[in-house]
Amino acid sequence: MGRGSGGGGVGIAGVMLSLSVGILVVVVAVPVLIIFFNALWVAGRFNVADMVKVLSEPDTYRALLNSLFIASGVTLMSTLIGTFFAWLVTRTDLPLKATMKVLFLVPFMLPSFIGALAWKMLLSPRAGYINRFFMDVLGFDGPVFDIYSFAGIMGVETMYLFPFVFIQVCGALERMDPTLEESARISGASLFTITRKITIPLVMPSILSGALLIMLYSMAHFGTVAVLGIETGIFNIPTLIYEKIHQSAGSFKSIRTGTVLATVLVVTAAVIMYIQSKVLSRGRYQIIAGKSFRPLEIKLRGLRVPILCLCIGYIAFTILLPSITIFLVGGLKTYGLPFTSENLTLANYKYILFDWKLTRDAIWNSLSLGLAAALITMFAGVMISYVIVKMKVRGKGILEFLGMLPFSVPGSVIALGVILTWSGKYGINIYNTVWIILVAYIARYMAFSLKANSAALEQVHDSLVEAARASGATMGQALRDILLPLVRPGMLAAFFLIFLPALRELTVSVLLYGPTTRTIGVAIYTLNEDGETVYSAALAGVALLIIVTGQTIIGRFTRAVK
Amino acid sequence: MAYVRLENVTKKFGAVTAVDRLTIGIEKGECFSMLGPSGCGKTTTLRMVAGFEDIDDGEIHVGERLLSSRRRNYYLPPEKRGFGMVFQAFAVWPHLSVHENVAFPLRVRKLPAAEIDRRTRVALEHTNLLASARKSPEDLSGGGKQRVALARALALNPDVMLLDEPLSSLDPHLREEMRFEIKDLQRTFGFSILYVTHDQSEAMAISDRILVMDRGVVQQVDTPLNVYQKPANRFVFGFIGLSNFLEVNLSGGEARLNGADARLPVSTPPLPAEVKAGGRAVLASRPSEIDFVAEGGVRGVVKRCAYLGEVIDYRVDVGGQEIRIQKGRRTAGPREGEPCGFVFLKPHWYGAEE
Repeated sequence: MGRGSGGGGVGIAGVMLSLSVGILVVVVAVPVLIIFFNALWVAGRFNVADMVKVLSEPDTYRALLNSLFIASGVTLMSTLIGTFFAWLVTRTDLPLKATMKVLFLVPFMLPSFIGALAWKMLLSPRAGYINRFFMDVLGFDGPVFDIYSFAGIMGVETMYLFPFVFIQVCGALERMDPTLEESARISGASLFTITRKITIPLVMPSILSGALLIMLYSMAHFGTVAVLGIETGIFNIPTLIYEKIHQSAGSFKSIRTGTVLATVLVVTAAVIMYIQSKVLSRGRYQIIAGKSFRPLEIKLRGLRVPILCLCIGYIAFTILLPSITIFLVGGLKTYGLPFTSENLTLANYKYILFDWKLTRDAIWNSLSLGLAAALITMFAGVMISYVIVKMKVRGKGILEFLGMLPFSVPGSVIALGVILTWSGKYGINIYNTVWIILVAYIARYMAFSLKANSAALEQVHDSLVEAARASGATMGQALRDILLPLVRPGMLAAFFLIFLPALRELTVSVLLYGPTTRTIGVAIYTLNEDGETVYSAALAGVALLIIVTGQTIIGRFTRAVK
Repeated sequence: MAYVRLENVTKKFGAVTAVDRLTIGIEKGECFSMLGPSGCGKTTTLRMVAGFEDIDDGEIHVGERLLSSRRRNYYLPPEKRGFGMVFQAFAVWPHLSVHENVAFPLRVRKLPAAEIDRRTRVALEHTNLLASARKSPEDLSGGGKQRVALARALALNPDVMLLDEPLSSLDPHLREEMRFEIKDLQRTFGFSILYVTHDQSEAMAISDRILVMDRGVVQQVDTPLNVYQKPANRFVFGFIGLSNFLEVNLSGGEARLNGADARLPVSTPPLPAEVKAGGRAVLASRPSEIDFVAEGGVRGVVKRCAYLGEVIDYRVDVGGQEIRIQKGRRTAGPREGEPCGFVFLKPHWYGAEE
């Protein structure tokens, strides 16, 4: 092999390394650093006291406490529900287990702010259909449940977040070596004792890691609190950031409050991520083993059918009821009318799909933004993952850190950082254009892409590329002809992992949208805020259809690829 | 009467019969191994004795106690059977210390604290784990983990010990060491062992009797020596130890290897009558039970010879059939490419395959 091709290899490596660092620094690191800078430097000086002062303002620390309170409640409830359902579908003789397992993952598909919207229609104290039914038909004095409350917010978030724990615990229970439980049984322990003393402790790391994920998500969650909390003045950190930025039209003081809140959010998230990595590294027992028989199954006996009904009822109540409500309200001539055939029409759907520029733009924006973000992030992700996983270069530790950073940076922080970076202060002003949303999406979803691509790359042994080079291929040829085809499943996974969430994104877009750059999420949210409940519901219905269709196609497609 | 008794025990998984009308008895204090290729039903049998699988037919007794019976519709769950059991993948609980792992069977029976402590100590002492009692089993080697599993099985002082490939996850040298430890424990505590393995040398070394199984059906139950020297059928011959199976042509009362001229002796051992009638037969012979001879015998050519340390492994070609011969390195033998002659010392006759 000549010196030329060797030199070419180094050249490509160098280009890839600097591109990777460049992308991560510009897209991820700079916005976050600018937030820290804004929060901690006042008039060119490091000033923590001023930060403390901002935090001690009543509405700021109240939002902080609310975020913590809501996240704790949601985490607790989701963990209990998720663990219980996971145990049901893996360790009992519940009928239709396989089907139930799939159904319990459906809440992942439903964006929680759309869920919140539906619950508002059902359970708002005066206008909610369920409350009205109880008051008007059954003669109750007041509403049965007020969704505009902490309990309401926590309940709705729990409904759509518990799958994080469910999926983790299911995985752990399925991978667990059945002989760990069998040896307890032969030791004389009853099934109840085994569950309490062996099974639950062994999957505790998975339970905790799912719980922390929910905590992280709920702390930084915008949609549900925005839809259900603002009415009664319940703010959490993301909704307060939105409120400050939105209402004061970018004044210095509100931006500063925003950056201080964002800093608190990042620090909290970093602490949660740190605890999670500790839990995972210390607590993840080696409980997977080779030869496996069927795991123990607890016989539910007389409870089999009642528990199945409970599960189906849960799915119907949390998925079916809200979805149907959305579609029905979307078809009403005026919000508040009863659901009778003369009140229902398809005109709303026709109007938002074909006639109204605002909603048509929103759908178009979301589709094109999602597609662009997914494509760009997929390709950038595979390159950066390659540098992190495969290249033995100095400075890749920094890359690894930068790549992990987006995991712990909540959406509202990314949005705020992007505003500070790209609104003209540093020479480029793309504020109020779709480009600023695109940049934010790339930053937000880079972590997904890195995760999927790293996993795929780790499966490709170095010797495969080395064999190509030994056969005479240059570095570039080896990457193109050997590596890329092998990591294609990972790239596809990354693409879909980004495209679908981007379609329904709200937290980031709501801080960045301009007059003509609403996304679907923003349009649903603002229409609801403006009292256009019927159109908001109709658009939410369309969004649900797009999401379900997309998910189904992808499910088929990824199965075919495998 | 045997202590552990399986009578007509049958287990089906869907259309597959995993164990077919198995009847065996294991004496008190006996070490009884079940040997066979994977999927032969040995693990299923063990799990039926343990109670992890119910039976589809037959009965299982231990001493006076009935464990499972299809006829009487009786099934005692595993936690009430009071056996010790050791699994292939150790199955020690990583969230409990070594001491707590071993104490677990005593704790679930709610024995007094002093009693739990005393019996845990005894079990740990006999498995050389006293020094590691406070450690997490995660910090022990594979051998250490398996000793924890053994100690835990011992804690109840059970009269029957069920061992499911307990040594397969260990390094080869550790395996031999642990065999002796298990044997020593058996001598000290006097329990019966039901031992499942696919490793024949392990079964030979540890067992009083061996059961060889294939596709759910018993092939032979006998002492290790007899299973090796007097295999009941062709499957057992092939499964235990190294073997040659050679095609033999029978005509006019004379037997010749296919492709060779020399007549084979058919009187020691005599050709079974039903084999003789077929016109063809299979001669089975261990590679070590063949001697080279200078004159006479079956003639062939040495194709390859390989030095395996103590023994030399010859591959001899006789008219297209390859015969494997092993001789000690001190015995002079032919070289590669040379013609040679040999005789079978202990041939076994089986019917030809259709």
